[in-house]
Amino acid sequence: MIKFLKSIFEKLIEGTLFLSSTITTLAIVLIIIFLFKEGIGTFNQTPIEDGFSLVVNKNNPINELSAPEIKNIFDQNITNWKTVGGKNDSITLFNLDNIGEFYSDSAIGENFEFLPQCISDYTEKNPGVVAFVSTRYTEKGFTGKILTTPKVKVTEFISQKEWFPTAQPAAQLGVLPLILGTLWVSFGAILIALPLGLSTSIYMAEIASPKIRNILKPLIELLAGIPSVVYGFFGLVVIVPEIQKLFNLPVGETALAGSIVLAIMALPTIITISEDALRTTPKSMKEASLALGANKWQTIYRVVIPYSGSGITAATILGIGRAIGETMAVLMVTGNAAVIPHSFLEPVRTIPATIAAELGEAPQGGLHYKALFALGCILFIITMAINLIVGYISSKKKYNAK
Amino acid sequence: MKNIITTDKVNLFYGESQALKDITLDFLPNTVTALIGPSGCGKSTYLRLFNRMNDLIDNVKITGNITVEGENIYQKDTNIVELRRKVGMVFQKPNPFPKSIFENVAYGLRVNGVNEMSVLKEKVEFSLKQAALWDEVKDKLKKSAFELSGGQQQRLCIARALAIEPSIVLMDEPASALDPISTAKIEELIYELKSKYTIVIVTHNLQQAGRVSDYTAFFYLGELIEKGITKELFINPKNIKTQNYITGRFG
Repeated sequence: MIKFLKSIFEKLIEGTLFLSSTITTLAIVLIIIFLFKEGIGTFNQTPIEDGFSLVVNKNNPINELSAPEIKNIFDQNITNWKTVGGKNDSITLFNLDNIGEFYSDSAIGENFEFLPQCISDYTEKNPGVVAFVSTRYTEKGFTGKILTTPKVKVTEFISQKEWFPTAQPAAQLGVLPLILGTLWVSFGAILIALPLGLSTSIYMAEIASPKIRNILKPLIELLAGIPSVVYGFFGLVVIVPEIQKLFNLPVGETALAGSIVLAIMALPTIITISEDALRTTPKSMKEASLALGANKWQTIYRVVIPYSGSGITAATILGIGRAIGETMAVLMVTGNAAVIPHSFLEPVRTIPATIAAELGEAPQGGLHYKALFALGCILFIITMAINLIVGYISSKKKYNAK
Repeated sequence: MKNIITTDKVNLFYGESQALKDITLDFLPNTVTALIGPSGCGKSTYLRLFNRMNDLIDNVKITGNITVEGENIYQKDTNIVELRRKVGMVFQKPNPFPKSIFENVAYGLRVNGVNEMSVLKEKVEFSLKQAALWDEVKDKLKKSAFELSGGQQQRLCIARALAIEPSIVLMDEPASALDPISTAKIEELIYELKSKYTIVIVTHNLQQAGRVSDYTAFFYLGELIEKGITKELFINPKNIKTQNYITGRFG
């Protein structure tokens, strides 16, 4: 009887464990599916806002315009149809607000009921016109040509250099500056944090007396507990003005400031994990090295570091992971200009900072909203790629060691 | 014959507790001396005096006089790196480095500034042959040392110690973690190495001490109880404690 109960009890525990692992896995899969579902939705939409369309004269041979072309036309960077593959004719921009200049109030009608006819009429009379109007006015009796806008393409999304998702008439969705900004800031952070973290961990694991180590270790672990907003605050108040003064810049909110703040944030991870890895080096291995006439430094460099190589790589990945995904502190100190970075002394904008700053003002389900999810997908792919690459490298190293 | 290692009234303290008491013992060149005794009797600590491995432990105080090849090795200006080149060591558990077989043997040469590939190759081959491992590994020198069996790893560690051409080899229970066949190979090896090196071996295995050593020293609670030619000590121990230990009454 007892045996029976016991076996039931064991089955119960087994079932609970199975259930919790299933739930966890499902949750992760669901989050990823949700992210990609929303993100991929970006590429099912056109960069022109729903309910609006671009119209031209019916004799205009142009059938479609891409988002950057539309932007350049409306910014008057392109003034001739020839530039976008049409006839040699200058472009006339038509703004619905100015319709009163061309038609009398009575022609438009009291309640704008004749507005569609006016637009039709205007586009017919001006062969070079392009107008951005509500689709309400182009439904019935419209004699001009309605341009189609191609859907957002993945290649354009990744390669275009302008991020301006709220631009009218066409949203500019180029994430290249954001990707580069993210990588740039993270690269700088690792450049600062890795040598600093590694030397600290070597000092703590191999050189420091137990007394010093017992002071240092809790202090560094304390560093990991500080909320990221506080780091951002510190960066904004201390690091940013210092950088501005030091390099004599117009603004101190730069990639460098972001890198420094991120480096400080990544340090506890890098130090504690690589220190633990260094300390796993068997004493006998160190003794063997010393017994062969190696000094302390040779032993650290030739035995301890290679032995704990995979642990150090793991520490680095986690450090990079923290740097790439970090949002708040970066948002506060990098200046958030969505331009391709050329030096560490320019403002940059990272992917997580963009998502955090813009999601609140993006209408749910709209193109902007979906584009932010697509950014999330890109971030996810970058971090996963880093994990895979480093995992591959460290597994290769392990194979050599074993 | 002149003694290659001498210890005169050596005392060693770990903080307050005394681990070695007034040990006076000498070693002749090209002999194998076994240090035997129950666990915690200080034989490993004593062995580690000769290449100053005890320096790694905090709070160790050593008094007395220890010489290796006529030089006092506990002077302020003693070159420890030089000393450790002269006095090689093989540890209880095989502890190869996470490197290739070749690099393991070449390690001692590299850290001592030898980087010329032709010299390294020659010395690695020579050391592996001396350690009776060459035939087994000559085709996989680039492979990781961890791919070898435990017995092979221990012989690799011996080859590694021999590569820097020491005159003395210290062995701290070199076969205690190995199977009988590997142990037999190591013992055979010790016997062969005697012609070139002075060997001091710590062992728990009395039969092993009897088989491989010329001299045996019996330690008990930090004291040297008896030292003599191995055969005489085993057949006719002078001290009652030695007799009790080798007949298996305690230990």
